[in-house]
Amino acid sequence: MKEETIINKDISEENITAQQECIEDEWEVVYERPYTLIDTHMHYCPGCAHSVIHKLISEVIQEMDIQDKVVGVAPVGCAVFAYDYLDFDMQEAAHGRATAVATGIKRILPYRYVFTYQGDGDLAAIGTAETIHTMNRGENILIVFVNNAVYGMTSGQMAPTTLPGMKTTTSPYGRDVHTMGYPLKMANLVSQLPGAFYVTRQAVNTPLNVRKAKKALQNAFKYQQLAKGTCFVEFVGNCPSNWKMTPIEANEFVAKEMIKEFPLGDLKVPSSEDLKFLEVEEGVV
Amino acid sequence: MENEEIRLMKGNEALAEAAIQAKCDAYFGYPITPQSEVLEYLSLQMPKRGGIVLQAESEVAAINMIYGAAGAGGRVMTTSSSPGISLMQEGISYIASAQLPCLLVNVNRGGPGLGTIQPSQGDYFQATKGGGHGDYHLIVLAPASVQEMADFVFLGFELADKYRNPVMILSDGAIGQMMEKVKFPKRDVQKISKPWATTGKTEHRQRNIITSLFIQPEKMEKVNIQLVEKYKKVTENEIRYEEIQTKDAEYLLVAYGLSARISHKTLQLARAKGLKVGLLRPITLYPYPYEAINKIADHLKGILTVELNAGQMVEDVRLGVNGKVPVQYYGRMGGIIPGPDEILENLESFISKVK
Repeated sequence: MKEETIINKDISEENITAQQECIEDEWEVVYERPYTLIDTHMHYCPGCAHSVIHKLISEVIQEMDIQDKVVGVAPVGCAVFAYDYLDFDMQEAAHGRATAVATGIKRILPYRYVFTYQGDGDLAAIGTAETIHTMNRGENILIVFVNNAVYGMTSGQMAPTTLPGMKTTTSPYGRDVHTMGYPLKMANLVSQLPGAFYVTRQAVNTPLNVRKAKKALQNAFKYQQLAKGTCFVEFVGNCPSNWKMTPIEANEFVAKEMIKEFPLGDLKVPSSEDLKFLEVEEGVV
Repeated sequence: MENEEIRLMKGNEALAEAAIQAKCDAYFGYPITPQSEVLEYLSLQMPKRGGIVLQAESEVAAINMIYGAAGAGGRVMTTSSSPGISLMQEGISYIASAQLPCLLVNVNRGGPGLGTIQPSQGDYFQATKGGGHGDYHLIVLAPASVQEMADFVFLGFELADKYRNPVMILSDGAIGQMMEKVKFPKRDVQKISKPWATTGKTEHRQRNIITSLFIQPEKMEKVNIQLVEKYKKVTENEIRYEEIQTKDAEYLLVAYGLSARISHKTLQLARAKGLKVGLLRPITLYPYPYEAINKIADHLKGILTVELNAGQMVEDVRLGVNGKVPVQYYGRMGGIIPGPDEILENLESFISKVK
């Protein structure tokens, strides 16, 4: 909590520039960009959850000191350029096929941490079969699923996870569940599979949720050392641009509407027996 | 002989055995007739002899596993038959663009659509002209025997690594299913290092990215030009074909794979009748032996292509011949295989027309 106090103190000063000059020698580093996150402009819109989730992944990889042991797979969708921001070896998959690509990587490199990063169109529409079968085989990978209920990159079409009644460019009168189907709850679905090891749903709309989400990612990466099955971390994301909201409104919509449809929390957790051999401090990989 | 093992095998089995001997790291596939023996053979043998075999949930998943595994530096192979190969086309286009070495096998069956499980050469255009979207080529090898089903696996992996390009063995249901004697000489199989593979970014290098996305037109065109230059090199170095009795030939049969085997018998029947017939068998269908055909055409009166399709390779033969002599096609479709006498009858009728 010391870090927060310092931040608050700094920004509460009226004349920040003068203050900076005075205390330059006394500055204390309270936050640094993880070296695993590349210092560049992101194409994500202001307020988008992707940038926060990218940062969390980068932090976890840095803290675990496994940059040389990670191979990521980017999807087709808004995160298609993830490899421009994440300083890992990465592969760009065809639309929906990220978990099949990750399967190929993991089978060749069983001692690497392999993860996919996918949106709702990629993972829950065109790639549903790959998602389910990868997890049914219990492929020892991490699937990061960012669900913002809309096709972001193609500018706002209906997704399999679009809320009932929600307006998109292809459900302009609101999603009619009788003709357009219901929001697909992927985390619930895959948590039923024996191959799933850890399934959780998180969000990054508040500082508290960001901290919880980071913990979930830490666990999911660490569990890969055990080779006991697939880890699936769903994020209830947002899309200020296509929801036509400000970033703050979008995060409020996440809290009020999205989380109601997609409740946060763990859906499948490993038993203490499962975690007996987990080396928390240093990776065995 | 100790340095050589001789076995009686189906074409599909010989191909699978060759893959193990060629140190294939991983095989991803989905069952489809007439090539399921490959997956079956590898499922039995790979666990005992090292290597990964995975039955995917679809051909779509299989080809994308190939993408991932090839990108991770593995020596990888998938096999399928016509409808399954169609399903893989998107992935193959990505693999060609990302320049990932791998071996693809199409044991061609009759089509279009679900078609028939009988042999066909109806996928010639698909295999040699790209197949998926965008400007790209596979290196295409056409085996005409069980022995070549095995030999071309070694050659295929070698060419794939050399050019960082997907290689396809274009076989058919007959070559895949028939049993023949096949020799496995002891080979010293070498693998090259792949510093571009995604194996984990160390502090000594930049991150490796495997992608087929080049959103800026300038960058995309650069990749296109790079591919075109690569195909030019492949064309300069890798054209393979077989000539049989072409020296004194007045008429030439051009056929590949199964059609070439049957046409060879037709040639013998024709020679027995005093007809000066030769045979040219393209072994690489891409790159294609255009120049070889053009050269031979100088002393020919006509060319007949024999194909198990509606006349596809005949277009390449005409390109090679460039109007020097008449070129005609004869073939059967839908899984029907013409006998040597049937081809001879059509050859004689062609000769009587062009004489």
